[in-house]
Amino acid sequence: MGNQDTPLLEARDVTVRFGKVTALDGLDLTAPPGEVLAILGPNGAGKTTFVRTVATLQRPTSGELRVRGHDVVRDAMAVRRDIGLAGQFAAVEPTMTGRENLEMTARLFGHGRRAARQAADAVIDQLGLGEVADRRSGAYSGGQRRRLDLGASLVGAPRLLLLDEPTTGLDPTGRREVWDAVRGLAANGTDILLTTHYLDEADELADHVVVIDHGRAVASGTISDLKASVGRDVIEVAVADPARLDAAAGVLERVTSAPPRLDRGSRRATAPAAGGPGELGAVIRSLDDAGVSVDEIGLRRPTLDEVFLALTGGDAGLPDTTARATNGSTR
Amino acid sequence: MTIEALTHPHVPVRKSAITRPATPPGAARVSLEVARRALRKYFRTPGLFVMGVVQSVLFLFTFRYVFGGAIQGGSAQYVAFFVPGYVATIVLFTGGGIAVAVAEDRASGFTGRLLSLPVPRSAIVAGRALADVTTNAWSILATAAFGFAFGFRLSGSVTDGLAAFGLCLVYGVVFTMVFMVIGLISPNSQAAQGMSMIAFVFAFISSTYVPAASMPGWLQPFAKYQPITPMVDAVRSLLTGSHSDVGLALAWSALLLVVFTPVAVLRYRRG
Repeated sequence: MGNQDTPLLEARDVTVRFGKVTALDGLDLTAPPGEVLAILGPNGAGKTTFVRTVATLQRPTSGELRVRGHDVVRDAMAVRRDIGLAGQFAAVEPTMTGRENLEMTARLFGHGRRAARQAADAVIDQLGLGEVADRRSGAYSGGQRRRLDLGASLVGAPRLLLLDEPTTGLDPTGRREVWDAVRGLAANGTDILLTTHYLDEADELADHVVVIDHGRAVASGTISDLKASVGRDVIEVAVADPARLDAAAGVLERVTSAPPRLDRGSRRATAPAAGGPGELGAVIRSLDDAGVSVDEIGLRRPTLDEVFLALTGGDAGLPDTTARATNGSTR
Repeated sequence: MTIEALTHPHVPVRKSAITRPATPPGAARVSLEVARRALRKYFRTPGLFVMGVVQSVLFLFTFRYVFGGAIQGGSAQYVAFFVPGYVATIVLFTGGGIAVAVAEDRASGFTGRLLSLPVPRSAIVAGRALADVTTNAWSILATAAFGFAFGFRLSGSVTDGLAAFGLCLVYGVVFTMVFMVIGLISPNSQAAQGMSMIAFVFAFISSTYVPAASMPGWLQPFAKYQPITPMVDAVRSLLTGSHSDVGLALAWSALLLVVFTPVAVLRYRRG
């Protein structure tokens, strides 16, 4: 039982190797209690390995990891009593009803029969699963199954909820359902660690974000901290004629001396404005001189996508097309 | 800490019915819950509990009426030889299902969830064994019933018959451990299925279907000294009123159990 000052998580130089593959490479991280922490990173960055290590499913090859003051290796049982795990694979038994799944997990948390029934009832109520609670979970929609899985991690009233990619593979409605559930839990004081490769998800849910890449923490802070740390505002140009996009990019590169990013679908080119607002005027003049007609041009704060790409070197294999396709509203 | 209205922060807050359990669950409760879930899955999936028996019956039928006539002594005599052997080794045919179920649980995240809970690892293995002993008993009884229908008769006492049944259940526990280990070391369920085929080698190159002495000389040592032969011979001897090989069969069972159970528990401990 940690007291108020004990960090929720404390990782010191945590390394996990699988043969020749290094999944976590000296990860350092401290998270205070009372927060929703998002671990953000591209596929293969080590997010799932980190969650598995916190959940005592994977021993660190070296380094030290404490959960609410309990060491994940020496004091694994104490850690397990504090956590609830819900994963990217919804770990519910499809041949059992939602209620049966919840009661089983409650009993495996240590509840007696009566307390298990009460916990299941409460979770069914809280997650809005009343209508489907007595149906076999194999017949649930993706969002319902994921909420049931989330519910199963709650029946033991964990102090730390671990959510490994809680919305991967869900349609937009399913994502919203899970987000609402997570927000409600956070509002009621459950500490949450979630991993995601969806930037908007971190933006929506997390107080604190740690970006990991190649098994190391490359940045940490609030979302606005992160945006500020990459700092520079971005000049964004939308050209009228898609054929002139390269010309516009050339102008951007000349003025800002930074390689612009192109999005041909939306006919946009963006580049960081190192020189501040003055550069915007220069870009407008140069575009005019070059005879490139512009639909839209402006200076704006970097998006989390851009922050993320800047931090992870941009070659991260980020499934940003998926993120855009499933959530156009944040763009 | 309590968990209250989850749907939205502005929903009126209800008193939560979820408390933190005072103590982690005991081993017995964990085993029972693990077993209950495995049994629900088995008996609620017709492909598992019906098809297992259908497969056994087809096998019995084929050996009794298709191959039986061509085997020395004729099919009526052969039924007395091979039904005990088949019933004793039925777990070698159904065991693939155990390996696949264990591998699927790992892939689906079920095992991960289970291991993240404060449960003793040995209780997970015990629960799985408890479930598989039950499904085995079901396969053995169903197959034995068809064996009687196809003309098999006890020539020993009923007590010996029950002892033979008990021995088959012991084999069930032993091979549950072996197949559990196969499921735990397989990267996926297809591999688990494939690796389980090794059991067929032991089932066929033994005294289950034909006497080991009828095999070519170079094959006989394997057929005679691998564990399935004394295990089958023990069941067969009980069903015909003698008690040979029972001690050897139990010794093999104990040895396999002692080797494979800790491997299974350790694999679960490592996650």
